[in-house]
Amino acid sequence: MPEDATKYLSHLELGEPDQTFLDSNELIINMGPQHPATHGVLRVILKLDGEKVLGTECVIGYLHRGVEKIAEHRTYAMFNPYVDRMDYVAAVSNGLGYCEAVEKLQNIEAPPRANYVRMILTELNRVASHQLWLGTHALDIGAMTPLFYTFRDREEILKIFEKYCGARLTTHAFRIGGCLYETYEGFEQEVLKFVKFVRPKIDEYEDLLTTNRIWVERTRGVGVISTKDCIALGVTGPVLRASGVKWDLRKAQPYAAYAEMDFEVPTGQNGDTYDRYLVRLAEMRQSLRIIEQAVEKLPDGPILAKVPKVLKPPVGEIYHSIEAPKGELGYFIVSDGSTQPYRVRVRPPSFVNLQALDIMVRGQLVADVIAVIGTLDIVLGEVDR
Amino acid sequence: MQPVATTFFFYLLAGLAVLGGVLVITRRNAVHSALALILTLLSLAGLYLMLYAPFVAGVQIILYAGGIMVLFLFVIMLVSIEKSQKEEQFNKLWLVGLLAAIALGGLFIGVYVKGKALFPEAKVVLEEGNNTQGIADYLYGHYLFTFEIASLLLLVAIIGAVVMAKKRI
Amino acid sequence: MPDFLTAYLQSNVTPGEAGSAFWALIYVLIVFAGISVAVMAMNWLERKALAHFQIRLGPMRVGPHGLLQPIADAIKLLTKEDIVPSAADKFVFWLAPLIILCASFTTYIVVPFGRAHAITDLNIGILFMLGVSSLSVLGVVMAGWASNSHYPLLGALRSSAQMVSYEIAMGLAVVSAVLMTSLNPSGTGTLSMIGIVQAQEAQQTWFVFKFFPLGFIALGVFAIAMVAETNRAPFDLPEAESELTAGFHTEYSGLRWSLFMLGEYAAMIAVSSIAVTLWLGGWLRPFPHWLAGQSWDLVFSLFPGLLFLGLAAIAFVGVGRMPKHPYFKIQTAGLAGFGAVLGLIGVVLFIPPVRDRVQDIFWFIAKVAVFMYLYIWYRATFPRYRFDQLMKVGWKVLLPVALGVLLLTAVAGILF
Repeated sequence: MPEDATKYLSHLELGEPDQTFLDSNELIINMGPQHPATHGVLRVILKLDGEKVLGTECVIGYLHRGVEKIAEHRTYAMFNPYVDRMDYVAAVSNGLGYCEAVEKLQNIEAPPRANYVRMILTELNRVASHQLWLGTHALDIGAMTPLFYTFRDREEILKIFEKYCGARLTTHAFRIGGCLYETYEGFEQEVLKFVKFVRPKIDEYEDLLTTNRIWVERTRGVGVISTKDCIALGVTGPVLRASGVKWDLRKAQPYAAYAEMDFEVPTGQNGDTYDRYLVRLAEMRQSLRIIEQAVEKLPDGPILAKVPKVLKPPVGEIYHSIEAPKGELGYFIVSDGSTQPYRVRVRPPSFVNLQALDIMVRGQLVADVIAVIGTLDIVLGEVDR
Repeated sequence: MQPVATTFFFYLLAGLAVLGGVLVITRRNAVHSALALILTLLSLAGLYLMLYAPFVAGVQIILYAGGIMVLFLFVIMLVSIEKSQKEEQFNKLWLVGLLAAIALGGLFIGVYVKGKALFPEAKVVLEEGNNTQGIADYLYGHYLFTFEIASLLLLVAIIGAVVMAKKRI
Repeated sequence: MPDFLTAYLQSNVTPGEAGSAFWALIYVLIVFAGISVAVMAMNWLERKALAHFQIRLGPMRVGPHGLLQPIADAIKLLTKEDIVPSAADKFVFWLAPLIILCASFTTYIVVPFGRAHAITDLNIGILFMLGVSSLSVLGVVMAGWASNSHYPLLGALRSSAQMVSYEIAMGLAVVSAVLMTSLNPSGTGTLSMIGIVQAQEAQQTWFVFKFFPLGFIALGVFAIAMVAETNRAPFDLPEAESELTAGFHTEYSGLRWSLFMLGEYAAMIAVSSIAVTLWLGGWLRPFPHWLAGQSWDLVFSLFPGLLFLGLAAIAFVGVGRMPKHPYFKIQTAGLAGFGAVLGLIGVVLFIPPVRDRVQDIFWFIAKVAVFMYLYIWYRATFPRYRFDQLMKVGWKVLLPVALGVLLLTAVAGILF
């Protein structure tokens, strides 16, 4: 074990209470699993000295549904809808990752039109996910109003999803080998209209928060994580990029048709909550750019490749990862040559990023724990699976 | 406006003050004691009002009931109740204490009976309107030097407290 | 009517000064009922205004535009089970909401709604208000401690520290306004609430404009400190929902919880009326010099009646826009009745004796309403401060500013 690693373990043992009339100053409180600001059923045990956080311990598993185990008893196609239920805020990304992983395993190539439609929907989903993150994060810090603004605009994205595949949240939009549905009439125009509609809205969020003194004071220098720590903990996504690492799987190992897109990877320098906020806002703008280009270049042709009725991938294993809104979402699938996967293992970005909570909040105040949980953008469905 | 039911309010307030005082020393729970002390302080404020000293009454409420007692409670709240309830409330010298209290009470009664001539019988009639201005005149005119000395003393105390409480400055 | 009743009505002093115990009692009842109604109205208004800030509609179901929502809330709270945690200190738990309620309602004894419309005029009016409202800290601390739970305790600690610290800046700002009262021709200052307004009348300026910008800065300091003092956003750390669930009243429910709410809103109105009395000329009408003269006096005295007629008109427009479905029959009739009552009040307010008697109340309430609206506005706009930042603002910004303003006011008072 590297000598440095011990600092990532939590130290919650209480010292002996002082043998004085006054009690020891250390206070243990349970935050969650039912708490308005833990984004679901996360339980964080906090050791406090007054308001200062001495240590944290995350207790997870309250939303464990055994998704990975379920996969072993479903065929490849039957498991597809389940992945939507992990990160239910970004269901489309989850579906994309799974479908591409199985396609790689089976050696199918999705037709270019499918890739473009996938990209459009995934980027729309990224915007929606970031909007939901922004609203809840701001609400945690006490700004009520952005929540309603972001939900109003997210609604437009959900309407597009609904029109495309009939579902708003757990879309199951993609199938192995492409997409099941052809785009509806006026899809391109509607998407472009949305892009036009949402650009000024993002400026509106910025108006409310970016230069707001209280917001800046609450987020700047809070929950700082260094590049080294990020890499040591395997933190990915906007959290990693805000610490100054230009690492985006869409650029680093392009999937779908991202190689043909022109976009930038926004990064921050300080690795604090404010930088993460700016990075995510910039990402929303980049996503809009990608959507515009993709709609413009949207090729004609089939949308679903020829796929056998029953998938029987050859014996072997595959790891495929994509850049989900929260970070690297990877699927590791082992096939034993039958119709059902032998083992599916998901590498969820929320779960890995949540590890960083302890070193990000240690020595800070209780209120910062809330801000940091919000800025990590975790979804408990994905943490617990 | 002529005061209404003066004697009634006097005995009510005085009774509450004494009751509060007794409760302060007999309650086992420190928070309850502090609350009883607040009752005493508020009754005293009422008595000041009856003496046509509204400014003193106001200061009594702001400083003692609103300020100092909150800090008291602040500290007491952090004390473990279980522990404090196990502690012995009165030490072994209660007999001596009782004797001293009786002696003091006797002294008071003696002074009151023997030296009745010293207490003015006539009621002091004070102007209602100018109490605050009167205090200001005394504090910032007549006793300005003493007043400043007192505030300097308090400043020293504040700095001392900060120096002692802060590990590094 | 007996003599002692009518005699007071013709005089132009407060019942306390007139020595009329009967009228003082009537005033106490009116003020108590009025504040309770104002709290309910504020509750509705806050939900409605906040909703419109946030592109929502707010309460719409109970009565037309949710007008009866506060009543529905009250019934719900009254009939809710009253839970006392088993590990709580029962007596203190019971006492805490009462203390908060008493503290915030007692302050209204000296609030001058008009020259003759205060329960009484104390020589130490402003001191009394600050003192009694500072007692509500006790209630908060007791509630937090008696709940015997971690979140309320943290909330109570935060709250007591916050309220005690902001009281200082608040007090210094108040002192600078009191200093200005001594610049009368007569040369003596006053702490009496009515006296302060009369000093503004005599000096022919509201204190917010006196020694510009000194009065303005003092009002600013007070306006910030009063938000912190009443635990409202962005200083609502004691009840920070996302951190401490509900702060010091986490364990309270039903009626007791509603007492906390009642106390909080009553305190908001009380501190706003301090600000109005000290800096915004209390019951004095705006533009006394620019728009002076008999005819302008008449125009301004018509405002209250016009306001009520306007509200009645809005209600009738609402009646016209109601869906014509039979399901809405009762609602439509109710709204029309409400409009009729408002219109009737408006007409009554035009009768000359009534008009003269209530117009100062109207201006006072209108000014307080501005502050109440600001409270809602803050809540919709600002994120919440963190505890250390809150303390920093209180001690390192507001306190020095208030001290500086106080000193400069004294200097300006000597020079001019």
